[in-house]
Amino acid sequence: MSEYAIQTTNLTKYYGKARGIEQVSLTVPQGDFFGFIGPNGAGKSTTIRTLLGLIRPTGGEAKLFGLDIRSDRERILSRAGYLPSETAFYPGMRVRDVLKLSAGLRGIDCAVTARLLCERLQLDPDRKVDELSLGNKKKTAIVCALQHEPELLILDEPTSGLDPLMQREFFDILQQYHAKGTTVFLSSHILSEIQHHCSHAAMIRDGRIIAAGSVAELSRTGARRISIRGQMDYGALGGVKDLRISPDGADFLYSGDMQALLAVMAGGTIRDVSITEPDLEEVFLHYYDSQQRTGKGGEAK
Amino acid sequence: MTLIKHELRQSRTSFAVWTASIAFLLIVCVFLFPEMKGEMDSVRDLFASMGSFTAAFGMDRLNIGTLTGYYSVECGNILGLGGALFASLLGISALSKEEKERTAEFLLTHPISRLSVAAGKLAAVLIQTAAMNLLLLLLALLSVALIGEEIPLRELLLLHGAYLLLQLELACICFGISAFLRRGGAGIGMGLAAAAYFLNLVANISESVRFLHWLTPFAYCEGADIIADSSLDGGRIAVGMLVAATGVVAAFWQYARKDIR
Repeated sequence: MSEYAIQTTNLTKYYGKARGIEQVSLTVPQGDFFGFIGPNGAGKSTTIRTLLGLIRPTGGEAKLFGLDIRSDRERILSRAGYLPSETAFYPGMRVRDVLKLSAGLRGIDCAVTARLLCERLQLDPDRKVDELSLGNKKKTAIVCALQHEPELLILDEPTSGLDPLMQREFFDILQQYHAKGTTVFLSSHILSEIQHHCSHAAMIRDGRIIAAGSVAELSRTGARRISIRGQMDYGALGGVKDLRISPDGADFLYSGDMQALLAVMAGGTIRDVSITEPDLEEVFLHYYDSQQRTGKGGEAK
Repeated sequence: MTLIKHELRQSRTSFAVWTASIAFLLIVCVFLFPEMKGEMDSVRDLFASMGSFTAAFGMDRLNIGTLTGYYSVECGNILGLGGALFASLLGISALSKEEKERTAEFLLTHPISRLSVAAGKLAAVLIQTAAMNLLLLLLALLSVALIGEEIPLRELLLLHGAYLLLQLELACICFGISAFLRRGGAGIGMGLAAAAYFLNLVANISESVRFLHWLTPFAYCEGADIIADSSLDGGRIAVGMLVAATGVVAAFWQYARKDIR
């Protein structure tokens, strides 16, 4: 048995000539709560759909539980649960029928778990799926992904359409599954979600992985968020990003020499200063930003 | 099994509507026969003297004053065209509807192989086609009995059997096309069925285009031939079944390797 729930090596997918993903290499250990971050169109869904065998990779390899996605698709899918970003169900069916169909296609009966999940998510199983709101459709899809208690959960933008209370309930459920040993692979463009729940993460942009590691590590880049009240000569400093000057002071990301910063600050009139570690969102924007600058030669914001 | 049951449940309304419509027209047609028979002397001459129109429907070789002749022309057209349209629609939507309705993602992320999905869907198409034909045959026999005519059992069985094979052939061809589509193909299915039907009418008109018979399954459903020979045209049916098998193989081959977007 493999120690990795997901392991890809140079996984590549082209749609004709259009880029899907390029050289994606990921390792997700069993039992991990893994975040997959990237802006829309970066290749998150393409990666997931390749892992699930919906599309065939152009190159590279991918294994789930040590099983090859090309040759062991059904064995992989029997151990995985998938929550798609956009949910569509067969017309005319009730929530209960959809859940039963999903269980039936897996050849198992999970009515008890399904009922519990429906209760927790406040989803009425007697409603017709055609009449459900976006949020309730999402809940139906969540129960489909969770009711057979899979070893691996692959979630593509799971919280879109859920109100904040439901989002909390959903993450509570995920944490419970995780505590019982389920590996969670969470794809999202909402960084706070990843930072709150995941222990490891990878960032994808333009089809390529641009960073991967523990969430703590990814947040720790050496850069600091500096907030100043007072005046100083910002022009004398290198390594300043995201500079926002207000009449009262300034706020910026700093990745230059700390001694130089202190020297410039000593030359100004500073009433107050705070130096904090930037959150993942800022780090991500920082990566995003630098890539955009080298790519397009435009100015940073 | 789960998939087959699900498929049958999904299309039960459409099955009921199509079967009821064809059955209704078929029964009405049979019930009109006693009335027609009385006026048949004048009508027969009229129908037999409309030139290529007469030939197109095989009425130059059939006596529509008899029940078998009447049934194979009138009811044959209802059963032939209606059944062909229904079977084509079933086949063309079988695989493509999942992507059109965006349910493919749901279905294909369950631990069931693409080949099993295709097989289950094909089975559902075949079951519905067979069930409709069985129902229509029983209703046809019943309505012939009700108008007090002697049941020409062999002829009716041969005619209905030929139409069943025609529907299976069209369904399988459309099933093959279905695997290549990303959106629904109702237009393609109906177009194909209508083209096959009219191709046969054209082929009936003149000796110079008779070879077109090889391109359409309606050729082996020609009532005039079936009743005259009291048997089906094995050669044409063999060709038809070969084409059907090709459609099925193409569907399985394509569906197993297809990217689901």
